[in-house]
Amino acid sequence: MRNLLAAPVLAASLALPLAAPAFADWAQTEAEAKGQTVYFNAWGGDPRTNAFIDWVSDQMQEKYGVTVEQVKLSDTAEAVSRVQAEKAAGKNDGGAVDLIWINGPNFLAMKEAGLLHGPFVSDLPNAKYLDLSEGSAATTDFTVPTEGYESPWRLAKFAFAYDAERVSDPPKDMAGLLDWAKAHPGRFTHPNPSNFMGASFLKQALVELAPDPAALSQPVTDEAYAKETAPLWAWYDALRPLMWREGKSFPENESVQAQLLADGEVDFAMFFDPAAPAAMIEQGVLPPSVRVWVPEGGTIGNISYVAIPYNAAHQAGAELVANFLLDPATQAHMQDIRVLGSFSVLDPAKLDADAKAAFADLPTAPALPTLNDLGPTLPEPHPSWMTKLTEDWAQRYTK
Amino acid sequence: MRLAGAILTLVIGAPVLLGAALTLATGFGWQPGLGRVDLGWEGFTEALAAPGILTSLRLTLVTGLGAAMLSLVASIPLARWLVTRQSASRWLTPLLAVPHAALAIGLAFLIAPSGWAARLISPWATGWDLPPQIVTLGDPWGLSLILGLMLKEVPFLTLMTLVAAAQRPVAEQMAAGRALGYAPGRVWARIVWPQLYPALRLPVLIVLAFSLSVVDMALILGPSNPPTLAVRILRLYGAPDPAQAVPASALAVILLAVMGASAALWMVGERAVARLGKALIRKGHRGVSRRNWSGAGLIGAGGALAIGSLGALVLWSLASFWRFPDALPADLTLKRWASADWAGPALTSLTLALVSTALALILAMLWLESEDRSGKRLPLGALIVLPLLLPQIGFLQGLTTGFLWLGLPPGPVAVTWAELLFVFPYVMIALAGPWRALDRAHLASAASLGAGPTRRLLRIKLPMLLGPICAAAAIGVAVSVAQYLAVLLPGAGRVQALATEAVALASGADRRLAAILALMQAALPWVGFALALAVPAWWHRNRRGLRGGVA
Repeated sequence: MRNLLAAPVLAASLALPLAAPAFADWAQTEAEAKGQTVYFNAWGGDPRTNAFIDWVSDQMQEKYGVTVEQVKLSDTAEAVSRVQAEKAAGKNDGGAVDLIWINGPNFLAMKEAGLLHGPFVSDLPNAKYLDLSEGSAATTDFTVPTEGYESPWRLAKFAFAYDAERVSDPPKDMAGLLDWAKAHPGRFTHPNPSNFMGASFLKQALVELAPDPAALSQPVTDEAYAKETAPLWAWYDALRPLMWREGKSFPENESVQAQLLADGEVDFAMFFDPAAPAAMIEQGVLPPSVRVWVPEGGTIGNISYVAIPYNAAHQAGAELVANFLLDPATQAHMQDIRVLGSFSVLDPAKLDADAKAAFADLPTAPALPTLNDLGPTLPEPHPSWMTKLTEDWAQRYTK
Repeated sequence: MRLAGAILTLVIGAPVLLGAALTLATGFGWQPGLGRVDLGWEGFTEALAAPGILTSLRLTLVTGLGAAMLSLVASIPLARWLVTRQSASRWLTPLLAVPHAALAIGLAFLIAPSGWAARLISPWATGWDLPPQIVTLGDPWGLSLILGLMLKEVPFLTLMTLVAAAQRPVAEQMAAGRALGYAPGRVWARIVWPQLYPALRLPVLIVLAFSLSVVDMALILGPSNPPTLAVRILRLYGAPDPAQAVPASALAVILLAVMGASAALWMVGERAVARLGKALIRKGHRGVSRRNWSGAGLIGAGGALAIGSLGALVLWSLASFWRFPDALPADLTLKRWASADWAGPALTSLTLALVSTALALILAMLWLESEDRSGKRLPLGALIVLPLLLPQIGFLQGLTTGFLWLGLPPGPVAVTWAELLFVFPYVMIALAGPWRALDRAHLASAASLGAGPTRRLLRIKLPMLLGPICAAAAIGVAVSVAQYLAVLLPGAGRVQALATEAVALASGADRRLAAILALMQAALPWVGFALALAVPAWWHRNRRGLRGGVA
């Protein structure tokens, strides 16, 4: 009897402080957001993402009277340093940045410097479609717990692309890549590791070649670093002279490398979005013969997030946008290859029948891999590994 | 007079000094917002310990000094060839008007191993079915960057030479030199040109400062691992760690020192060349008479590169898919023009250009008119050249912080102000000559008829100066549309102008979009120059002596 009574009381007492104020707040958030202009700071190098954000802007205008203005960055760090500059100048409210497409080291830098608004994710009504259990993919960003300070919006997973007309024998793993490069000198390169994509390539190689991959989830120490990266550097030193321009020069980012693939200067491109090649074929940027290839053991992956700076001028509007991005209809639209082709971040188990149908109706393309083709998702190393890896790379190869 | 001086100092001088001072302070570790106020040299030690920093320094010096020197050398025969061809020199204007970023994007499309030039000769002449593994674009010596800079700077220096030559009896001197038995090329190089050089010193120093600190061209054409100092500084300012602003500012200060040292070196070099020249003249060799092929050759080579670059831009903007080694795209389509968002950035650039140019014109007229009324020259010469002689990256980031302190948020107003710092000097330089050369007799007549100073200004001076004013405005628009850092830094990415969009897209995947934005960036100044020719001609259609326009 006591238990029977206690359960609902307990449930209510738990639910009340969690759900009730949040829901009340949400109505208030919507009211507050009306008429706001949200400055969405997002990397502007991808026209499809830009077009998607334009679509988001139209939808937000129509549904909530919120204007979304994309601030096209050439590097996410620009927005981070903007917020930092504002803090440095003592500008603690009315900041220029409302919403940032953010990941990994940039997120860590902002979180550690106390530059983020939140936690806000659990306040978003659409958060119910996410798997927010502790340690789940949607709550970790490069091993760093997000703690509700950033909200997921698209899935990223490392993948290579190659032109099937020129490459008939894509390698199976990183060791195989070296053999392939020996047979085809000058036809492989990777973006400069000072860029996120170039660093990701090094990390993918590290995850495959490290003697003890589990050590990579811990913050890096000098000892662990020396041990885990030794095979990587041996492999890389053999590979580098066989690369495009003898490994003395590197494309600036994945887009420039995609251009090199399209121009026939190299035979591989790499992406953190397995749907990117199919999307770029559709756009006429890559030739139709391009296909996706992933190493057999799987590839590293993570989720792209949006975060709100602590001094954002339009926090309510920014939360509304973050929530809209998690709407199943938005996610299905985003996964459409004619739109963006990015895989959804929602937990399929939590979707209702209508939402599932929206995803089931999506078209396919020859260059579009299924989730199955992509193999297992390997966890990202702790961000400190990436920082040290890219610094070490610069020390070794920037003369 | 005093008021005019104060306004000019406040609007143009103060921001430059504020920005430079904040950069200097940050370089020494002064970041009060982050609670760091201990000054020290750590920023400099850190900056100088970065991997590949010496390569960056060497690259900066080689490209900066190299581009300035080669541009000057190339402008000598070119100016001689053009000095007797008034109409030919008009062709310099369209090239001068093309913004650096747009030209760089086109040149990159042209000279890359897979670029249009290689496609035109492959595979029938070269056997290349795949792009050759040669290093052109982004070469580690910075040669492509030097080439890109020269394409912009040779026309500028040539035009400056022609302006200087117009004030001297060049034809008589050439004739005298030839009568003394010198070959025509030598008369020009050894007798006429050295007399013109003093007027070229300032333009050359501006070119030198620009080449040492250019960012947009270096991003597109220069090497990336490591890049030039200016690009490094921009990357450091963009790093997620705010402490990186310290080594970034320290590097900016170092770049300033590099600029100073290079200018000093240049002045020493001038003397050495002058001595050498004198010694050569004293030897009395007259040289053999040859045809002046170098001027025509330079025009040909430069013109081919410029037309090839712009042609590559046009083709890419219309290409459906363009596979190597096809000489032309498979299909031409206007689809991209229809779908791409170029109108927004174009409108932004146009608005920025019109506002900053209008402000610059008002300031320039304020300066010149207050000189006229007081009968004295305003002692503000440094105001004109300071923004042009300092590396932009050396004070624009500091200025952005300074604007924030003063309560001016990043956005169109901050960008307009920053652009004004570069637009005003050129507008002033363009307008000062014709203004001061105005025939005072007309004004005296007007005064004797009872017209006051304001009426004389509005009814006599401005209408008579309509041609030069339009020309100065066109130059202002061209300078404004070309600004990259002045939009990027004070705009906080909120102001999406053609320059920033084009450079961002140049490192994106879709070349066609980059081409469209670059073409628009080139088109705006062209329209400006065309209007500057047309408006005075139409306005003064019944006043033959006043039909003017772009010189």
